[in-house]
Amino acid sequence: MIDLSNLRAIAGKELRDALRNRWFVVFTLAFAGLALALSALIQPGGTQMRMMSYSRTAASLVNLVLLFVPLIGLTLGAANLAGDRETGALVYLLSQPVNRMEVLIGKYLGVAGALLATLSLGFGGAGVVLALQGSIQDAGGYLLTVLLAYLLALAMLSLGFWVSAAAHKTAAALGGALFLWLFLVFIGDLGIMGTTAAMQIPIGTVFLIAVLNPLQMFKIAAILTIQASLEVLGPAGLYATDRFGGLLLPLLLAGAVILFARQEKFILKGNAR
Amino acid sequence: MIVAKNLTKRYGKITALNDVSFAIAAGESVALWGANGAGKTTTLRCLLGIQGFEGEMTVNGIDVRRNGKAARAAVGYVPQEAAFYDMTVMETLYFYAALKKTARQRIHDVLEQVQLTAHSGKRVNMLSGGMKQRLALAVALLADPPILVLDEPTANLDVQAQRDFIQTVRVFNEAGKTIVFSSHRLDEVIALGSRVLVLEDGRLALECHPFELAERRGLRRWLRIWVSPQQREITLKVLDEQGFTYLPNGRSFYVQVNSGGKIAPLRSLEMANIPVEDFDLVDGELAPPGESHD
Repeated sequence: MIDLSNLRAIAGKELRDALRNRWFVVFTLAFAGLALALSALIQPGGTQMRMMSYSRTAASLVNLVLLFVPLIGLTLGAANLAGDRETGALVYLLSQPVNRMEVLIGKYLGVAGALLATLSLGFGGAGVVLALQGSIQDAGGYLLTVLLAYLLALAMLSLGFWVSAAAHKTAAALGGALFLWLFLVFIGDLGIMGTTAAMQIPIGTVFLIAVLNPLQMFKIAAILTIQASLEVLGPAGLYATDRFGGLLLPLLLAGAVILFARQEKFILKGNAR
Repeated sequence: MIVAKNLTKRYGKITALNDVSFAIAAGESVALWGANGAGKTTTLRCLLGIQGFEGEMTVNGIDVRRNGKAARAAVGYVPQEAAFYDMTVMETLYFYAALKKTARQRIHDVLEQVQLTAHSGKRVNMLSGGMKQRLALAVALLADPPILVLDEPTANLDVQAQRDFIQTVRVFNEAGKTIVFSSHRLDEVIALGSRVLVLEDGRLALECHPFELAERRGLRRWLRIWVSPQQREITLKVLDEQGFTYLPNGRSFYVQVNSGGKIAPLRSLEMANIPVEDFDLVDGELAPPGESHD
């Protein structure tokens, strides 16, 4: 049984630790700064011009999230459990009247709180600038993009915790996290493209493989919030629009939540005592 | 209060604990004695329910495998070197007090008990080894548990800090707390223990009173005596004449002594008018600890 006061104590400690972490502060400032810079690049002009410019800015923000959020989510998660295990702090914490589930969930919630605060700062600042310029025509769409970024951050953090739970050393956990980041961000895309070309895989299968990657899921859903069609993604995007139509975004959101829940379940497996 | 039955722990092909059984009554102070790798820490971790094992282990009647959290609530744990987070002494105690559901007033009480009140605002990484161990003891005492489990708590402390720490723990034992501790040091076992469980290659090899340990395990105690360089030759002569077994070591001599005759070499040197500059009692299985103790 989970004790909420233990969760609060552990999550609070993790949140304070994250906010004291130099690299995390650097990441927060860099992300917020870049998000603000991108929003400030909206070109002045008529409504039509501002709308086109907003789409480009939103797409740039999506790309920023695609690069930054997985990196910080994976590395923060990977360093957490493995770091504590290496110093002996984890054994000492587990020797207290807490169970493993409370430790793991408390730690996750604390780091997730810090990560979401960073995203809120970046998107919040950018949103204020865009609103002041009168560029946001669809505030709901912008908020949906922020929500998608939150989901991506939580998914990446849980993947990071998964790496951390499996690794014995912090260095190995961080190495694994960086490899996973490279794989998800770069190699995954190239692998799908190469395999598709070499093996003549049906377009439906290509789409299915692509959305198994949380980053692709985020990218497709985010593009859908900016524009109605996925034609910028080529044949796979056209296939998805044609096959699922308006159901695609809800399906992607549901898929993201299910993938996230399964990762959590895997990490927690056999840990409640 | 603590019962272990057929405790077995395997790490792959290595058997760290092999069919170990023992019972510890309330108010006892029991030492786990053994070389590195004998299974002392593994036994204590099984007792805390923080690692899996075969067999049974109950603390206060609670099965640690089924309800480790409740069992740990009855135990205060002091590791060999507690790994604290980057916080101040007070923040550390607040954090662990929250996990142990302890009232804040209790924090000030335990700080006083372990004499850390004056250091409550310091960051933990600024504390000396002895202070860190006293902080770990403070954390262990927060919920006023009936059992204290100490895993070689003085291994990294200097002689004075070791004595102070053992004296502090002995006071808690006299006040009724059950103590389970592991140690390499015979003097510590004698000072604090009421019973010794000797572990050897993961098996319980012997159970005895601390005073019997040296003899039954063939342990040797050595009196290390420092004399001035000018007295070296005459000291050698006196020790030879009196039939002591000894080994010169730089400016000092290791003289083998038994439990009832620790003072004999000092008396012999005094009779010969040889001034002793300092002395210390050290333990060794077969030979004196040698240079590593300098």
